Amino acid sequence: MPPFEPVLLANVGQEGSHTLRFYEQTGGYQSLRRVLKEQSPVQFTDIVKNSNLRGRGGAGFPTGLKWTFLPKDHPGPIYFCLNADESEPGTFNNRILMEDDPHQVIEGLILSCYATRATTAYIYLRFEYPLAYQRLQLAINECYEAGHLGKNIHGSEFSLDIYLHRGAAAYICGEETGLIESLEGKRAWPRIKPPFPAVEGLFRKPTVVNNVETAACVKQIADRGVEWFKSIGVPADPNNPRDAGSYGPKLYCLSGHIERPGCYEAPLGITVNQLIDEYGGGMWKGRKPKAAIPGGISMGLLKADEFHCPLDFNGPGKFGCLGLGTAAVVVMDETVSMIDTLHNSCRFFAHESCGQCTPCREGTNWALKMMNRIKAGKGRLKDLDLLLEIGDNIGIMPGTTICGLADGAAWPIKNAIRKWRGEFEEFIKRTNPQGYQEESAVPALELIGIH
Amino acid sequence: MAIVIIDGQEIEVGDDERLNGIQAAKRAGVDIPHYCWHPGLSVVASCRMCLVESGTRDPASGKITMVPKLVPACQTPARANTVFVTNSEKVQQARAMVEEDLLIRHPVDCPICDKAGECYLQDYHFEHGQKERRADIKPFTSRRRSLGPTITLFVDRCVMCTRCVRFTREATGTNELMVIHRGAHEEIDIFPGYPLENKLSGNVADLCPVGALGDKDFLYEQRVWFMKKHAGVCSRCSTGCSIYTEENQDRIYRIKPRENPHVNKWWICDEGRYGWKHVHAAERNTEPQRLEGDDYVNADWSTTPALLDKQLRDADNLAVVLSPFLTVEEAYLLAKYARRVNKHATIALGFVPVVGEDETYPNGFTIRAEKCPNRRGVEEVASRMNGGLVAWDDFLARAEAGEFDAVWITGAYPEPWHDEATAQRLAEVPLLIVQDLLPSPLWSIATWRLPSAAYAERDGSFVNHADRLQSFQWAIRPPAGVMVEGRLYWRLLGEKGLYNARSAMLEVANEINYFAPAHHEPPPLGIDLKTSQLASTV
Repeated sequence: MPPFEPVLLANVGQEGSHTLRFYEQTGGYQSLRRVLKEQSPVQFTDIVKNSNLRGRGGAGFPTGLKWTFLPKDHPGPIYFCLNADESEPGTFNNRILMEDDPHQVIEGLILSCYATRATTAYIYLRFEYPLAYQRLQLAINECYEAGHLGKNIHGSEFSLDIYLHRGAAAYICGEETGLIESLEGKRAWPRIKPPFPAVEGLFRKPTVVNNVETAACVKQIADRGVEWFKSIGVPADPNNPRDAGSYGPKLYCLSGHIERPGCYEAPLGITVNQLIDEYGGGMWKGRKPKAAIPGGISMGLLKADEFHCPLDFNGPGKFGCLGLGTAAVVVMDETVSMIDTLHNSCRFFAHESCGQCTPCREGTNWALKMMNRIKAGKGRLKDLDLLLEIGDNIGIMPGTTICGLADGAAWPIKNAIRKWRGEFEEFIKRTNPQGYQEESAVPALELIGIH
Repeated sequence: MAIVIIDGQEIEVGDDERLNGIQAAKRAGVDIPHYCWHPGLSVVASCRMCLVESGTRDPASGKITMVPKLVPACQTPARANTVFVTNSEKVQQARAMVEEDLLIRHPVDCPICDKAGECYLQDYHFEHGQKERRADIKPFTSRRRSLGPTITLFVDRCVMCTRCVRFTREATGTNELMVIHRGAHEEIDIFPGYPLENKLSGNVADLCPVGALGDKDFLYEQRVWFMKKHAGVCSRCSTGCSIYTEENQDRIYRIKPRENPHVNKWWICDEGRYGWKHVHAAERNTEPQRLEGDDYVNADWSTTPALLDKQLRDADNLAVVLSPFLTVEEAYLLAKYARRVNKHATIALGFVPVVGEDETYPNGFTIRAEKCPNRRGVEEVASRMNGGLVAWDDFLARAEAGEFDAVWITGAYPEPWHDEATAQRLAEVPLLIVQDLLPSPLWSIATWRLPSAAYAERDGSFVNHADRLQSFQWAIRPPAGVMVEGRLYWRLLGEKGLYNARSAMLEVANEINYFAPAHHEPPPLGIDLKTSQLASTV
C-alpha cells in the first residue's frame, strides 16, 4: 500500500465504526464544539473558502464560494440539502462513508449548516441504500440524544434539525434542482436556472446542496485546517485564472477488471495507472487494459494509452472526457466490447432521462434504438455519424437541455465512437455485410422484433 | 425605453414591460417557433424549440458579447441591450434537431388527425425540419384514451410540452392532469377515477400545439381548412368572452377563444365553447305564425311587417320587452319603433337569467352567474328610452293587472326561460307578440309567433358586465323562415336599404350618452364605455 494515510476512511472497516461512541473516541464532534464556541459562521465559511475545497459530487464547484452565494442577511429559513442520491454507475464512496462512518458525514453537515446559517437540513438518500438509511437514522437519533442536534447545540445559539429523506430510485434526483423538486414532493424535473438554488431553492428559499463526501471533507478541514488540506493534491494552474486547483484527499471508487476493486482514498491528481497498480493490485488475471471510465460513465472513456491521465478536476478534460465526475474508475480489459459498453451506457441514460427536454428525451432514446439495431446486426456506417451528431448536440453545454444529464449521456457516445471508431466499423461490417453501406432510412417494418 | 436587438433590427421595449425573447422578436416581426411556452402559463423551457443565440451589447462601445451556447428565447428576458440572433445556422440546426426529435416517435397520422392544418408540428416541420426522415424507429402506434367528458388523448401524438398539465395547475387549480412515466415513455394522464372535469377543460385542446388532445365534441367533425373563422362575442354569460365562431356552410362546428387581454385573455369556458347547440336545434322556431281563430297559420315575411305595424298602431297601451340577448342596436331600434307607433309605449327590460354564483378561477377567469350577454347594454337602452327602468317582474305585474292591450316580448333565449304560470299571467293580453328561439309556454299562447335569430346570426354589439362594448358581425345565416331581429325592426322603421348595425350604433351613440364612445368604430377588442363617463363628469 502506498504511504498516503487515509483520513476520510480512517474509521472505515473497524468494528462498530458507525456508532457515536466509537466516533467520539476517535475525537469526533470536538471540532463542532470548538467551531461553535470560537468561530462565527463567516469565519468558518472563510476557512472552507480558503481551503479551495471543491464539491465532490461531480461538477467540482468550489464549496465555500457556493456558500457565499446565499443572500446576506436573509430572514430565513435557509435550507441545506445533503445529496446522498449517489446513482452514478460505478460510484459507491458516499455509501461507504454513510454506512461505516455516518457521524463524520453528520458532523460535516452540522458544520456546513452552521456556516450557511441553515437551521433545517435534509439528507436525500437514494433508495437502494437500506443499510445507510438505518445507520444514518441511528446516527441522527444518537446526535439528538447527545445534544449535537436540536435546539441550541452545545449551548450556542445555533439550532439544527436534520431530516433523512429516502428517494425513490431515480438517477435524476441526484441533480441539484431535481433533488429539490423531489424533496418538495414533485416530479424530479430539474428547474430552469436562474434563479439558482442559493437564491431560490427548496420551498422557494435559499438552499445549498452539497455532496456527502464534501461534508466529510468539511469536517476534516475543521479538524486539521486549511494548510493540511492544501498540502494534498494539485495546485491551481497559474495560467488559468478560473482554475481553483484540486486540493485534498479524494475517495476513488475502483471497479472493473482489476484484482482488488474497492473504495480507496488517495490525494487528488493520482493517475489511473497508479490507482490500478498501487491500490487495485493490477489488472485482473494480468490481462491487458483496454479502457477506463475516469469518473462515472457520464464522464466518458479513457483509452488504455491515456491511463497516465491525472485524476484531478482538470485531468480527464485534457483527454476528451467531461471531467473528474464522482471519481468512479471502472477499468475494462481487452475482452470488453466497446459496442456493448456503449449500448449499456445508452440504455442507462435512455432509462434515466427525466423526459423534460426534447433533445435529451428523444436523443437518448434514439441513440439506444440505434445501438439496439447495431447490436442486432443491422447497423450501418451512417449510424455512427448520426450517433455522433446526437452526442454533439444534446446537453447543457451546447445549451439544448436544462440539466447536465444529457451531457453525461453524450460523452460516452462521443468518446467511444471517436476513440474506437475502427472497432465499431469492423463490427458493423462483420455483422451486416450486405447492408452496412446503406444510406436510406431503414424501413420501419423490417425493424419489428428489434425494437 | 430600452433597446433590444433582434437579428440586427433594433426595437424599443417599454421600461415597465417584461418581455421574453419570443415576445420581443414578435415585435420585430420575427416568429420564434415554440411549443411549451404560452403567455398565459409559467415558463418551463423544456421543448427547446425556441433556442436562439443571445448576447449583450455594451451601450458605450457598441461591442456585442454573445453567450457561447444556445439559450431558450422563452426563458431569456429582453432587457436593455439584449441581442437575439434567431436566423443563424446554429439556430436553424437546433430547430431542425428538435423537430426531428419530436417526429421520431410521432405517428405522422395527419390524414386522420383533427389538428392537421392548424398543427404546430406540421407547420414547424415544413419550415424548420429535416428534409428526410433519418430515424429508424417504427413510428406508428395509435393509442387513445379518454381523459374526461370533453377531452380525449391521442397518446403518441403528444410532444410533452406540458401546457395542458400547467393549465390545470395554474389556470383552473384543479390539477387533474399529470405526467406519468419517464423519458421517452412519458405520457400525459389523469389519476384513476379523477377525470379531467372542470368548466374550463376545453381549453386544453386549444392549448395543445399538436393533435394529442382532441375535443370530443369536434372529433372527426370537420377538417379545419374547410371552416371559416368569424370573430364574435360569446352570449352565454355576461363576461362576454371574445370568440371565434368556426363554421362551414352556415353550420357551426366549434367555438374557440379569441385573445382579448381586457376580457378573457386566452380562455373560454365550456359553457360558451359548447353553448352553440341551440343554434342548430331541431325544435328551433323557424316559421312566423299568427293566430287566426283557434289555429295558427304561417305568416309571410313580405306582409307581416305591415300587418304588425297596423295592429300595433291600433293598440292603446303598448309595451315592448327587450331581451338581454338582443344587441344594443336591435334593442334601440325596437324601442324607437315602439315609441314611434305609441308615444307612451312602455319599454321594459326582459328576464335576466341568473344561475348560481360567479365562479372565479385562480387565473382570474370568471364565469358569471348572469347567463346573458347584454344586460348592461339593453338595460341602458330600456331605461333611457322608457325614462326609468321597468324590470321584468314589474312588467309582469303591470301586464297581469291588464295595463297593456299590446305586448311585444323578445326572447332569443338559448334555453327554456319561463314556466307555464308566468305565461298565464300574460294570457289576457289581447295582442301578444312573442319573438323567441325555442318553443315555450308564451310561444304557445302568442297572437304572433316570430322566430328569433341566434347569437351567431346577428350583427351588432354586446356590452358585458364591465361596460365593455364589443361589436361583431354575423357568422352564419339564419335558417329559412327566420328574420334576424335587426332586419325586422329596420323594416318596421321604414329605414332605407339593408339593416346596418353600424349606422344604428351611430344613432344610439348620439342619443344615449352611455354609448357615446361607440361613435368611433369599436376596435376588435371592444371599447370600455366607462372611459367616456369618467370624461364627461370632469
